[in-house]
Amino acid sequence: MARNRPTRRLARTLRALASWIVALVVFFPILWMLLTSFKTELDAFSMPPHFVFSPTLENYREILARANYLHYAWNSIVTAGGATILGMVVAVPAAYAFAYHPTKRTKDVLLWMLSTKMLPGVGVLVPIYLICRDLNMLDSRLALVIIFALINLPIMVWMIYTYFRDIPYDILEAARMDGAGTWQTMFRVLIPVSRGGLASTALLCLILSWNEAFWSLNLTTSSAAPLTALVASFSSPEGLFWAKLSAVSTLACAPILVLGWLSQRQLVRGLTFGAVK
Amino acid sequence: MSRLEIRSLRKSFEGTDVIKGIDLVIEDREFCVFLGPSGCGKSTTLRLIAGLEEVDDGQILLDKDDITDRAVDKRDLAMVFQSYALYPHMTVRENMSFALKLAHKDQRSIDEKVARAAKILALEPYLDRKPSALSGGQRQRVAIGRAITREPRVFLFDEPLSNLDAALRAQTRLEIARLHQELNATMIYVTHDQVEAMTLADRIAIFSEGRIEQVGTPLELYRRPVNRFVAGFLGMPQMNFLAATAVDGELRLGNGNLLHLPTCIDATGDLTVGVRPEHLRVCDEGDGSGETLNGKLTVVERLGSETYAYVDVPQVGSITVRADGDFERRAGRDICIRLDLTHAHVFDATGAAIHHP
Repeated sequence: MARNRPTRRLARTLRALASWIVALVVFFPILWMLLTSFKTELDAFSMPPHFVFSPTLENYREILARANYLHYAWNSIVTAGGATILGMVVAVPAAYAFAYHPTKRTKDVLLWMLSTKMLPGVGVLVPIYLICRDLNMLDSRLALVIIFALINLPIMVWMIYTYFRDIPYDILEAARMDGAGTWQTMFRVLIPVSRGGLASTALLCLILSWNEAFWSLNLTTSSAAPLTALVASFSSPEGLFWAKLSAVSTLACAPILVLGWLSQRQLVRGLTFGAVK
Repeated sequence: MSRLEIRSLRKSFEGTDVIKGIDLVIEDREFCVFLGPSGCGKSTTLRLIAGLEEVDDGQILLDKDDITDRAVDKRDLAMVFQSYALYPHMTVRENMSFALKLAHKDQRSIDEKVARAAKILALEPYLDRKPSALSGGQRQRVAIGRAITREPRVFLFDEPLSNLDAALRAQTRLEIARLHQELNATMIYVTHDQVEAMTLADRIAIFSEGRIEQVGTPLELYRRPVNRFVAGFLGMPQMNFLAATAVDGELRLGNGNLLHLPTCIDATGDLTVGVRPEHLRVCDEGDGSGETLNGKLTVVERLGSETYAYVDVPQVGSITVRADGDFERRAGRDICIRLDLTHAHVFDATGAAIHHP
């Protein structure tokens, strides 16, 4: 046993080292984007890349001067937030029905819902574009809210369904015995009990909607365009201005990154809810 | 008044009959225990009474009031679940007052009822704690407290002690008995533990395969079981069942021994003699009469206050004998046992009792 101890220590060190390397590799693009956003265009292009440089806020100044950042940010907040709220309003009752009143076909319906995620978005681009055009909803935030909610719905329903399945049914029966109706049971018992899972589901939906680019680029031009559209607008017509592109990307990521950072405990707790119950 | 009457109750799940026609009357203020092995339908019957399952056929009457199809929350019953089923996000106080708040009771009467229940169950120091900060026994008491504050017409307990360890189970059992005396309420209690049933019940209903086998006071069931199932289910260790054939009103065991029962048996064919372990005793050597059996001691279980000796009797089978705590013989030895036939039961081929002590 004693002979094993140095080996075990070495294994632990190697494991820690490997974790750090993986974490750095994953984090590196974000770090690089952040660093590049403070470089001059010249520094940004230099090869080999500079790690030491004199930082400048010039890129940010220029972006804020050229585009109305707050307009895009507000659109992102409205579309991502709206999609999250709409998605939760639909997903919670749906997951409740799937989890507590299953039928013979419940598993099939759940799988079918998930299978829609396998359809590439571009496959339905034309019909959805035409529907939006006919409903006069091109370049409208409402269209994005509905579409974001719909594309996230399968994952939301699945996640919430899994959390609900982990909650002992006895608790809901106890609430019924105590005189609670379906809505009271849902709002006063089920939702408070599963709030960790619901919060992480909502957060995931918020992040996915915030980062969604395909539909925002194809269905919006200016008035409803979110931050992803702003980032894209800096890439094509101007040629490759890495520093400005990095700056605008940083501005686009920052809010959601901060939100994710602040709620990481909740997020992890929610994702491992079943394990720590 | 809370008298519960069940008439021809039936329930099936996906084509399988689970409750096959149950008739039972539970009198006002009675403590009735549903006892049976797992899967016998006792919990389902309780859930049908509670309204948590829909009745297929039959009636449930509460004081002659038909509640068969009444919504769960309109039945005025309270249930204590095996898993406690406390609301984990609420404090003990909130757990106990939840039903009253839903019923829009005024805050003062809610506080009074919670305080009273907390006092009865010694939960006062824990009122502001969450269930996760309580021990298993305390959680169980909160679950009971939640039922008490409701002041229901009937209390339903679904195996409430099975998640507790042995010591706590014995203690909580006493508390439930005390609670019944104190509240003087009608209680229905489901368990598979015969000790709980024997100690708590005014009357026990023994369930098997979706039917009630027998209803009676604990001692009635113990002394005069109507069939082999009831006889075997009650009693620890189990009653000994010896295969026998009736010969001219007497019984012949597999090894040829003739048993002289106090009364004549009016039956023929294959029968079973039932003798409880406490009605057998170890003797030094056979006196030649039919009531003594020679065998080999296979296992000895010493519990301190008493000893269970398992004896293998050729052509008769394994027989359990309850002996004194100071029983000294070792396994592997030859041994002689004597049946006390004044306490023997006889069952016919269908298992029905045809002779009682």
